[in-house]
Amino acid sequence: MSRILATAASEFRIALRNRWVAIALVLMAVFSLVLSFAGSAPSGGLGADRLSVTVASLTSLAVYLVPLLALLMSFDAVAGEVERGTLPLLLTYPVSRAEVLLGKLAAHLGILALAMTLGYGLAAGVTFAFDARSVEGLPALWRLGWSSVALGATFLGAGYAVSAIARRPSGAAGLAIGLWLGLVVLYDLALLAAVVADNGGWFTTEAFPFALLANPADAFRLFNLAASGASGVSGGVGGAASVIPVWQSLVPVLLWPAAAMSLAILAFRRVTP
Amino acid sequence: MTSTLTISGLTKRFEGVTALADVSLTVAPGERVALLGHNGAGKSTMMKIILGLIPATEGRVEVCGAAPGSPEARRQVAYLPENAAFHPALTGEEQLRHYLRLRGEDPAGASALLERVGLGGAARRRIGTYSKGMRQRVGLAQALIGHPRLLVLDEPTSGLDPVSRRDFYALLDALAAEGAAILLSSHALTEVEARTDRILILSGGRLVAEGSLTDLRRSAALPVAMHVTARNGHAVQIAAALPGAIAAGGLVHLTCAQSEKLDVLGRIAGLGDKVADLEVLPPSLEDIYSHYSRRDGQ
Repeated sequence: MSRILATAASEFRIALRNRWVAIALVLMAVFSLVLSFAGSAPSGGLGADRLSVTVASLTSLAVYLVPLLALLMSFDAVAGEVERGTLPLLLTYPVSRAEVLLGKLAAHLGILALAMTLGYGLAAGVTFAFDARSVEGLPALWRLGWSSVALGATFLGAGYAVSAIARRPSGAAGLAIGLWLGLVVLYDLALLAAVVADNGGWFTTEAFPFALLANPADAFRLFNLAASGASGVSGGVGGAASVIPVWQSLVPVLLWPAAAMSLAILAFRRVTP
Repeated sequence: MTSTLTISGLTKRFEGVTALADVSLTVAPGERVALLGHNGAGKSTMMKIILGLIPATEGRVEVCGAAPGSPEARRQVAYLPENAAFHPALTGEEQLRHYLRLRGEDPAGASALLERVGLGGAARRRIGTYSKGMRQRVGLAQALIGHPRLLVLDEPTSGLDPVSRRDFYALLDALAAEGAAILLSSHALTEVEARTDRILILSGGRLVAEGSLTDLRRSAALPVAMHVTARNGHAVQIAAALPGAIAAGGLVHLTCAQSEKLDVLGRIAGLGDKVADLEVLPPSLEDIYSHYSRRDGQ
């Protein structure tokens, strides 16, 4: 445990010096503030409190931003050590490869959690200033918070795996961007195209909900929309959110972080220094 | 006394290329052993196997009574890589605190370690601003953490100036006196400066020579060179009196086997007045090293 903490402390310091902490905090704060001002305008006719509406908007933001930040922070984790030549020495220390990755995860996840606390906190503050009924939306905000951390852990793990597989920072960066585009943007477009082509057939009714749950980003979105019952204020995936029970979307949200980290540790074990 | 490092019949092949062939050696506690060889002779490969970073193809390696790379072995072995590299964003002190904590030691010892390698003044500067020699010292400082029983040092003196090199060997002497076994590599015999107890020469993955510098010098049996300075114009006469000698200007050059050295010296002394001066040049460290490292496969 002390070895994990030692690694986490050093990684946090490095991220601070590399401005990753500042970048994550500023990005989350700016986007959350923009959304909480812009996104609360049309809420009047829907009967929901302003915070629930803002949480729905923040969910859409988090789906894009959290994986991106996580991948940007993690793609260098193993490949960077290989390139700098620091890995052989590190691996002669009495520390396991799993401990090294868990230490990095603790630091990076801490930074993401800090950025989210700031971003979501600011958004909630703005909402409260305009609507006292916003208290009703607090459970949804809390759910968004911890599930965002889980989403971050998933993509940090995926980033470490990509980093260990590529072994070069440039290759790892390319793979990380590809992974982000694939899972966050193209996957949904592909599903949309399939649903349109299928025209209400077996794929749309049977396979589509599970295809959504198989993707960590979509599972996160489904879970937050389904749990908050806010599907009324969000289009698109919102339709599916009303079909799938909350527990079914909760399972992938909780399983993906462990799966991604296991994959990362396996990939890291295959790296020969 | 049981040895700290035991290697028997070690062979390593990379996709058909044999990097190490049937190498056997031992290093006892308190012993300083130098591993010499050209680039690509197999020094770094052997060190990586000892450290458990890569597996051996054949043979047995035992480090402090444990398998290489096992937690038990890693706790007792320190390593200094060939080009010691660290994260440029951390300061020397932060980096050492990190390593101390990984070994379960008190991180407060970082500044004392940096003082010990002469980096006290730069402790709070980022490693990104360090010179190669300073990074090498950080590498050395981390290798001193927690009284290791075996130190594996890959070309430790390569970035150091002559004064730092002396300091470095003084540190090694102190460690060896405490019972640490030291295995260090170098690509030149001059760099180890005869400050080691035993020398191993690797060539093309094979151990071609082993022994103290005196042993190696004796068994190499390289010829001794002599330069005789002749007194006005006697150079040709001197050259004629000594078999195999060549006169060039006022100088006479000749070489002879170790066993004939005293005999030849006697003859030169017998020339009396004709000789102004005599210089005897024993084979240099470089000569001895190339003798062994070229014998096999080159």
